[in-house]
Amino acid sequence: MEPEHRAPLAWLRWETGLVLVVIAIGVLGVSTSSEFLTGNNIFNLGLQSGEIAIMALPMTLIVISGEIDLSVASIMGMSSALLGYLWHRHWSMLAIFAVILVVGVLAGAINGLLITRLRLPSLAVTIGTLGLYRGVADIVLGPNTVSNFPGSYANVGVSGVFNTNLSYSGAIFIVLAVIFGVVIHFTPVGRSIYAMGASPEAATFAGIRVKRIKTMLFIVSGVVCSLAGVLLTFRLSTSVNTNGLGLELDVVAVVLLGGVSIFGGKGTIVGVVLGVLAFAGLQNALLLTNFNQEAASIPVGGLLLVSVFVPIMAARAGRLRGVIPRRGAGTASPIGSGDE
Amino acid sequence: MNPGPSAASSGGLEPGASSGGATPPADPAPQPAAPQPAAPQPADPPRVPLLSLSHAAKSFGAVHALVDASIDLYGGEVHGLVGENGAGKSTLVKILAGVHRPDGGWLAVNGDPIMLHSPAAARDAGIAVIYQEPTLFPDLTAAENIFMGRQPLRPGRRIDSRQMRAQARALFDELGVRLDPGRICRGLSIADQQIIEIAKALSLQARVIIMDEPTAALSAAEVARLFDVTATLRASGAAVLFISHRLEEVFEICQRVTVMRDGSQVLTSKLDGLTADDLVRAMVGRNLEERTVGQASAPGDQVLQVQRLTREGVFTDISFDVRAGEIVALSGLVGAGRSEVARAIFGIDSYDAGAVTVHGRPLHRSSPTSAMAAGVGFVPEDRRQQGLVMDMSVQQNMALASLNRLRHLGLITGKSEHDFAADWALKLRIKFGRLTDPVFQLSGGNQQKVVLAKWLGRNPSLLIVDEPTRGIDVATKAEVHRLLTQLARDGVAILMISSELPEVLRVGDRILVMREGRLVAEYARSEASEEKIMSAATGQLQGQAR
Amino acid sequence: MAPAREPSGAPADAGSRRLTERVFRVRETGIIAVLALFVLVTALIQPRFVSSSNIQFILVNASVYALVALGETMVILTRNVDLSVQSVLALSAYLSAGMFGHVHGIPIPVVFLIGLGIGLAFGAANGIMVALGRVPSLVVTLATLYIIQGIDILVVGGNEVVASSLPSAFVAIPTVTVLDIPWLAIAVAVVIGAGAYYLRTFRSGREMYAIGSNPDGARLAGIPVARRVFTAFTLCGGIAGLGGVLWAAQYQTINTSAGGTNFSLIVIASAVVGGVAIFGGSGSVIGAGIGALLLGTINVALDVLGISDFWDQAIAGFLLLLAIAIDRGISVRLAAALRKRGADGGT
Repeated sequence: MEPEHRAPLAWLRWETGLVLVVIAIGVLGVSTSSEFLTGNNIFNLGLQSGEIAIMALPMTLIVISGEIDLSVASIMGMSSALLGYLWHRHWSMLAIFAVILVVGVLAGAINGLLITRLRLPSLAVTIGTLGLYRGVADIVLGPNTVSNFPGSYANVGVSGVFNTNLSYSGAIFIVLAVIFGVVIHFTPVGRSIYAMGASPEAATFAGIRVKRIKTMLFIVSGVVCSLAGVLLTFRLSTSVNTNGLGLELDVVAVVLLGGVSIFGGKGTIVGVVLGVLAFAGLQNALLLTNFNQEAASIPVGGLLLVSVFVPIMAARAGRLRGVIPRRGAGTASPIGSGDE
Repeated sequence: MNPGPSAASSGGLEPGASSGGATPPADPAPQPAAPQPAAPQPADPPRVPLLSLSHAAKSFGAVHALVDASIDLYGGEVHGLVGENGAGKSTLVKILAGVHRPDGGWLAVNGDPIMLHSPAAARDAGIAVIYQEPTLFPDLTAAENIFMGRQPLRPGRRIDSRQMRAQARALFDELGVRLDPGRICRGLSIADQQIIEIAKALSLQARVIIMDEPTAALSAAEVARLFDVTATLRASGAAVLFISHRLEEVFEICQRVTVMRDGSQVLTSKLDGLTADDLVRAMVGRNLEERTVGQASAPGDQVLQVQRLTREGVFTDISFDVRAGEIVALSGLVGAGRSEVARAIFGIDSYDAGAVTVHGRPLHRSSPTSAMAAGVGFVPEDRRQQGLVMDMSVQQNMALASLNRLRHLGLITGKSEHDFAADWALKLRIKFGRLTDPVFQLSGGNQQKVVLAKWLGRNPSLLIVDEPTRGIDVATKAEVHRLLTQLARDGVAILMISSELPEVLRVGDRILVMREGRLVAEYARSEASEEKIMSAATGQLQGQAR
Repeated sequence: MAPAREPSGAPADAGSRRLTERVFRVRETGIIAVLALFVLVTALIQPRFVSSSNIQFILVNASVYALVALGETMVILTRNVDLSVQSVLALSAYLSAGMFGHVHGIPIPVVFLIGLGIGLAFGAANGIMVALGRVPSLVVTLATLYIIQGIDILVVGGNEVVASSLPSAFVAIPTVTVLDIPWLAIAVAVVIGAGAYYLRTFRSGREMYAIGSNPDGARLAGIPVARRVFTAFTLCGGIAGLGGVLWAAQYQTINTSAGGTNFSLIVIASAVVGGVAIFGGSGSVIGAGIGALLLGTINVALDVLGISDFWDQAIAGFLLLLAIAIDRGISVRLAAALRKRGADGGT
């Protein structure tokens, strides 16, 4: 149950191609609106896609490891709901953060344990927890909305770090990107994640603790998504049960745009950062032109298709040239291998 | 089976001769293999074989799987095919099945030459293969599996399930088995799956049925049932090719046998008058090559101790030890349970009873981490699925088991991996393009060296290698053997699993033989021989009737 | 040769078959039982639940989901997934219903055909990419989800289809009842039944199961995998298109949020709750339909019981997790039980 071999060069080309795409989007933005590269706009750009960008980082590691987490937006919503609910009951912000952290860990742990201990397919499990955690958000907040957050926190949506044009979420994204980048590219755990995504069996035979690492990845995802939920709530100055609804597919899209293979074992953080820039840039450029910014989903979808066809074409060409030996190709199930 | 006298006189058996016909004067010394076509038996009327392969040759790169192999399959007869690992049996089967095309030689069906371009062509020609591990559609019923794509129809092109079940039942009746055609195939025993495959072959009007090691995973009762089915097939006039390592089965079910060795058939004969020893000698007889690569110094302290290791249904009561500087070879037939024992020692698989200690300290069950921490390395049997991450680079693969040791300030860089890998690539003389190339681009021999480097990089005190030279060219094979003996000289304890007798005898200081999940024999190198090992492995030793 | 003896394999496996069939029918009847239990308990507490108006409401609501689940199931059976049904439905809802405003007096069946056509076209596009390109369906249909959504946004612009532009006959479709049962539900049930019949009685239908059960084996067996997968995606799209028209008839006001967020995932969840394996090869469209019905019932039940219907999502999510866990538990235990039987019978 494996995908056909892909020429490794194709992926390197993908990141380079993505740089060109980002530049092209930049050019498009500038040509359609003089405001595109202004500091103010960069700030807005960072704000808009900040949460998605942040959630894309642990998602990248999870997809590289061969799994998927569709509950990200619901964990975000759950943390947002808890924030509003507890704030309304006059808890201290510090205590609230602690609770949200614990809940994020639990949510991720439940995902991780169901997938690694019960060996259930992550696609199905996280569709289930998508509902479950969104449900918790619904139950906690009900139809209520909480908006009276203190100005110092709600400031997140208004001004940037040290009053520059770098939004808080943008700054957090950069810091996290560096951390995740270092982890996946420069640590033993990172190498192990690539190995288990490319070949779970060989990873086990090399002494890698696949189950433990995967569970950790889901827990990290839970924590990061909870953080994203807090950021979203402060940015919108609103805690409502529908916060973040539907964002999970955007997060997956950004990761795939970044050149991460849905089959696992391949992808880079640099690529995902570029994917974030492409995704956010497109939306922003269209926003400025008064074109319906939501139609940005068309080029996003197009890029996704390109991202998945290019390596296959390159591999086919490589095989024809005899460069790459043919391996058995079946119709792989791309997310996790379940246990059959 | 008569324990008759060997060689020399009437019905005598030198490699290459067939019994019954005019025999050349007996030559007591073993001859190098001389492939000869089967001589016709004077008592039988001339028949056209249903399927015949003549002078087939097939090479994969530097590996010559078949040199000059011929076999004739007659209707109404079960023809046994025996030979060691690497003798060319599976390549021959794949040619008959249409999976490979021979580089030389030709195939004929009913006397007419034919070219099989694909498995589908083989199917159309009436050839069916039952593999050791059949792959059915586990979510569909037995009847659907048999008739998928050819289900009987009612008017309006609707599947007639009742008719389909009835036809399936009829097939099962014809085979003399009782299986429920409506049964979902998930969870079916391998034995039952094989029966379904046979039924499918019958429904496809197969006249030639090839069974590739069918009994390896079967219980005694299931084997008995399979033999009844085979007898039925034979009675219906089909030709059956029965490949097996278990000689007593060959004697029970076959009328004719072909022995292969080193890519050619060395013996084809009716089974009457043959003994198991004759077969063993034919399988194994060869110029005894240089026996040892170097001699081991006196072995040191005990490194590995396995005590009464048991896993229900897989292996029972396994006890042995391996000392520093010693190479213990674990031989036996495919399916004897050797790899399972090795995996249990290393912690990949679990076990039900017994204990494993390394340097006197017990290893935790099911914990590769514990084994690795104790200094154990494991080169697995399946290089492509278990030994290497094919998509990762050479250097990353080599570094994969040493990640924590290559850390500097918690980080690993490409450079640290590169230096580590370059170092080992030099030591093991690995040929590659660049260390950053994906490992699937390397040849089999070099890939195996990468796996070895991965574990050697950890300086193990116990190295377990499972089939270290499988699928590797001769030159690299010799290198690997030299490496292993050098390691032993340096004090590493080595447990080597191998199905290749020459390798076992060249490299092993002590040879253990497993059969059907138990340790049945132990030999020091000085007293061991291929015949002894093979006999123990197939149960031919006195007092070891099946 | 050994003397002839009785075939000593597993004895007449009627016992095994009964066990297997019992377990597998348990899956479909299991979900019917859960549904029945739910309804029963709720009705006991609050008899208002089973009033005819409530039942009609539930049936009509669940109809679209059950219908789209039919198409989605076919795709899942082949070990694929179609995430784009959400936007196909939305676009079809807008375009087809919008026809009424543009072409005065257009016959209702034609509008249905338009919706069907839109869906078939997009489904075929998906099918070509997945079947011929051998590209993972999750990525492809995520991409087409985005693309079609974008098209929908562009086409709709700031407009919306309003109820007043729709002919009363069209709007009445979800309300027509036959013997107190909504005609719509009956129609959908008939379509699902036809789908189930097709999957069970025609070679191409059985081949879809084979493809999901063992893709390599299917290829080796000569099954035209690409053709079947293409058909599955095309039908899935077409059915989603039909669903769009029905959605329009039900909700009447159509803008870009038709279908709601997570529509695709809800449909997939319905199928999995109904016993369809996420990796294909087993499950039934009837089970998927019942799954959709079950998920749709929960909301109304909560309402009627006075429990905040904000528990809906949580319960649905929990049910899905339970379903997957039980399915895995069942299949593991079943395999072990059957293996043990084989051993007992054989030795």
